[in-house]
Amino acid sequence: MALVELRDVRKEYPPAKRGGEPVHAIRGVDLDVEAGDIYAVVGYSGAGKSTLVRLVNALEPATSGSVTVDGVELTGLKERQLQRVRLGIGMIFQQFNLLHSRTVWGNLAYPLEVAGVGRAEQQQRISELLHFVGLADKAHQYPEQLSGGQKQRVGIARALATSPKLLLADEATSALDPDTTQEVLDLLARVNRELGITVVVITHEMDVVRSIANKVAVMEDGLVVERGLVKDVFAEPQHAVTKRFVGTVVDTVPAGEVLDDLRQRHRRLVTLEFREGSPGQSQVFAELLDRDVRFELVHGGIERVQGATFGNLTLALTGEPARVQEAVAAVSRLVRTEELA
Amino acid sequence: MSTRETRLPELWDLVWQNTVSTLWIVALVMLIGGLLGLLLGVGLYVSRPGGLYQNKVVSAVLNVLVNFFRPIPFVILIAAVQPAARAVVGTGIGNRALVFAMVVGSMFAIARIVEQNLVTVQPGVIEAARSMGASRLRILRTVALPEALGPLVLGYTFAFVAVIDMQAIASVIGGDGIGGFALQYGYRQFDTVVTWTAVVIIVVIVQLVQFGGNRLARHFLRR
Ligand SMILES: Nc1ncnc2c1ncn2[C@@H]1O[C@H](COP(=O)(O)OP(=O)(O)O)[C@@H](O)[C@H]1O
Ligand SMILES: [Mg+2]
Repeated sequence: MALVELRDVRKEYPPAKRGGEPVHAIRGVDLDVEAGDIYAVVGYSGAGKSTLVRLVNALEPATSGSVTVDGVELTGLKERQLQRVRLGIGMIFQQFNLLHSRTVWGNLAYPLEVAGVGRAEQQQRISELLHFVGLADKAHQYPEQLSGGQKQRVGIARALATSPKLLLADEATSALDPDTTQEVLDLLARVNRELGITVVVITHEMDVVRSIANKVAVMEDGLVVERGLVKDVFAEPQHAVTKRFVGTVVDTVPAGEVLDDLRQRHRRLVTLEFREGSPGQSQVFAELLDRDVRFELVHGGIERVQGATFGNLTLALTGEPARVQEAVAAVSRLVRTEELA
Repeated sequence: MSTRETRLPELWDLVWQNTVSTLWIVALVMLIGGLLGLLLGVGLYVSRPGGLYQNKVVSAVLNVLVNFFRPIPFVILIAAVQPAARAVVGTGIGNRALVFAMVVGSMFAIARIVEQNLVTVQPGVIEAARSMGASRLRILRTVALPEALGPLVLGYTFAFVAVIDMQAIASVIGGDGIGGFALQYGYRQFDTVVTWTAVVIIVVIVQLVQFGGNRLARHFLRR
């Protein structure tokens, strides 16, 4: 059984105005997050990502469907029981949401107090956590004295305090600059690797997905429109939204103005799709060279995502037309080939 | 009248007695009105839409109550709550009845101050506490109130100054206090020195309270 299981989950919010339409934030989602995953949920603003994590964390009840976390069905639980479920799930936020009236130490103590952990044990645990996130020297500072990255590390430490099996991160790096983002992502990856904690990251940044997630679900308008292993989804995005997201970090097939420009400048253009396990570039290029076809790389590149190598290379070909035709045919038997001009 | 003819030197005992009266009455009102205002303010805050214990009916009732009492000018309120004072403190006149009126007058204003300061606590912080499994009562006690403590102290300081003003009016109507003293021995006797002595005393009290409030608020805000 997966650590998190969503079955035909729906969430409606009451209409903003009396007599208005209710908001269908989640419109029938199935999702399995296996123990050990770093599962990314991507989508544009308003897609329903935050609502989804709020359902998983039992902050809101689903309107219908079933949500189970670690084998516990959340629908129908009483507030007290939900509190116990939440205690076993860590959560971090875009705005960090630290208690300003408490020091770093006090912030880490908070969930332990809620859990009823004794003083001595609290001390022990807090100092472990501070060392884990590298903030031992900041224990007695107040949140406003910390940088954004440090605040988020406190947020992570606080979320880990009660040793949860699951950590939910809602746009946890969206308020951070690129360097700090990487620092926080590295920490999340360590949380997963060293502590064995399953992580769900909500994001609209594909870089985040690429750098730490092993699985991804793409949401649009309250639905999961595509899901799979990150390396597969990056290599072969199916849905239009997924393609747009993947396109933000991976050069895919040239389109629009770029394509128009290339067509002006070159007579013969082909895009070759190299995938993990497909014939290599040297083998493909040999087919061209054998027929005296010269080529120039005009668009694309090779990516490595989660250990898989792939890429789309657009080549401009020159040579005797018949032989070029022959070469393209030979190449297309090796890798997927799209003729652009 | 010129300053040479002031009766201030023979009135020092009264100045002292009335200052002490003002202080203890204000303190008493702040204690009772402050506590009731806190309860009412917390009630307003938690019952709001999206609040910890959101409840349309309770929210509407509390709001009507506060909106009804808060705009009543204090001089009129004293008369208006006289029957209630008789029922609650056993008399419609004198210090006890006036303290009752002041408690009523201050608690509704304090309720709004408390509500407004609690509302400034970021909803995200409340949500974070919820996500850690804290109960709503615990969140109120350990998140909402402590997070708003700095502004709350400033709000109470503001209320304190308003209560000093109320007390001056109350003492004029018929109770002890520096306001009534200023009216009787300063204004009515055209003794400007006596009037200004009362002014200075009140200004000093207000300054001290404001100074203390600011210090305390800064301590809690640490920002
Ligand atoms: N508490 C709420 N009340 C009403 N509508 C809401 C509420 N929370 C979210 N929504 C609506 O649900 C939809 C999904 O929101 P959200 O889950 O926050 O999306 P995302 O996190 O992907 O940006 C949006 O249309 C949003 O306006
Ligand atoms: Mg969101």
